[in-house]
Amino acid sequence: MNLHSQNSPNPESNESQESKQPISQDESAAPHNPVMADHSQMEPNQNETKRSLVSGSNMNRSKPSDDNAPTMIDVRDVNFYYGDVQALFNVSLSVPEKSVMALIGPSGCGKSTFLRTLNRMNDIIEGTRVEGTIKLDDQDIYDPSIDVVALRSRVGMVFQKSTPFPKSIFDNIAFGPRIAGTTSKAKLTEIVERSLHQAALWDEVKDRLNDSAMALSGGQQQRLCIARTLATNPEVILMDEPASALDPASTARIEDLIFELRKQYTIVIVTHNMQQAARVSQYTSFFYQGRLIEVGQTQELFTNPSEKQTEDYITGRFG
Amino acid sequence: MSIHLIRDLENLHRDILSMCANVEEMIHIAVQGFLQPRPELNTELLERDNDIDRMDVKIEEDCLKILALHQPVAIDLRRITTVMKIAGELERVADLAVNIAERACSLLSIDSMNVPEKLQEMAKSSLEMLHQSIDSYVELDSQLAQRVIKEDSVIDEMNRGIINDLTVLMQTNSEHIEAGLHLFSSSRHIERIADHATNIAEDVVYLVEGEIIRHRLKLESHTEA
Repeated sequence: MNLHSQNSPNPESNESQESKQPISQDESAAPHNPVMADHSQMEPNQNETKRSLVSGSNMNRSKPSDDNAPTMIDVRDVNFYYGDVQALFNVSLSVPEKSVMALIGPSGCGKSTFLRTLNRMNDIIEGTRVEGTIKLDDQDIYDPSIDVVALRSRVGMVFQKSTPFPKSIFDNIAFGPRIAGTTSKAKLTEIVERSLHQAALWDEVKDRLNDSAMALSGGQQQRLCIARTLATNPEVILMDEPASALDPASTARIEDLIFELRKQYTIVIVTHNMQQAARVSQYTSFFYQGRLIEVGQTQELFTNPSEKQTEDYITGRFG
Repeated sequence: MSIHLIRDLENLHRDILSMCANVEEMIHIAVQGFLQPRPELNTELLERDNDIDRMDVKIEEDCLKILALHQPVAIDLRRITTVMKIAGELERVADLAVNIAERACSLLSIDSMNVPEKLQEMAKSSLEMLHQSIDSYVELDSQLAQRVIKEDSVIDEMNRGIINDLTVLMQTNSEHIEAGLHLFSSSRHIERIADHATNIAEDVVYLVEGEIIRHRLKLESHTEA
């Protein structure tokens, strides 16, 4: 299947969108702000590291739960470099199937870099290098034989800024399937309708599928981008702060959508909004300075984190 | 961390400590009055109980405000929920102080029975438990809290012993019935102080360790059975 990344019309556009320039400062893992810990006088009198949940820095594999949920993405001992600058340090993480995992951490901690390793979006940036293994459904995605384009149809991506193509709503959704070889109008119509239903956008656009996607509101455009991703039947959806540019009502709709989509898809979402991470995810991973500090069930991590650094970050004492 | 949240948490901490100090003082006065009765005790404690009720409501309102405005997580969230629960426990302890004072006043007019020594010992132990449970909150000392929790069964045993003794006494001599019933109620009130101290201690364990240990022993023994 000759299919490019879900939110770009073609490789050239994709590259211009992503840029061959180094990732902006806030995405780089170095330099880092010093920890601005503001330890309250009301801190518990106990060992700073409580019982240790799985943590990538200490273990070869990190699974956020003890249950037997199948693993969709298995990351093991991953180090990532932008040229000579190391952005990720020995990260190991397992993402359970059909769940939502939130990646949180201060700016520059490497969470977006990590997200992009999961569908090799970092490949388009010159000078990057990955060590370790990342497996999608037990298949090493960095194996030389892997078709990266096909990979990106299985692992779609939604960005902070909506990226509708300057085409009709219908053609936006149909673009991916067309590139993959679907030509039947009936089939494309079915795919478009299904995807828009899944993205909770159908009722709002069903009577104007030939209208330009650029005329949609910000929240609608983002849902269009999600529908476009869904049109290629991915297994995983990566979301990089998908609601940060949206108003509260649109944000709520996106979050409701994520809640529904997790029944069918594995979702990994980067967010700066702690409450959003708590609302939408079953699992949360905390990154700091390129390291995975803690991963666990969201409820547990937000009520009783194991690591002091995690607690200091989520309570706002630093970051 | 926002300065508003820091300020609100500090104010809350100050208020709950004030409530702790007031309730501890009330219960001391009530038990002391029980052992050395005085007629104006009731009125004095009723007025203070009204103050405690107002504090309880204020603390709950402040906690809800913090939850709504700041959406705290982790230790801050556990602190807010713990403060709400402790305030509720302290409010009931204050009610018990009033109840004990009422029993003390009733006993004033009855000359037929002295306060049994066991009851005096139980009162002393219950007050010590309450004091330690409050200390464990102030010091965030979960090990002290665990020791308080273990003491509750001792108080329960003492209460059962006192009730048995009073029952025998009342059966032996009907003149003792009125006083016996007041002492019976008093023993139960004092035993309840220990229960509330235990609840406070369990809340402290939750605050510090993040684990809810309430009902654990009962659930475990039910499972084993």
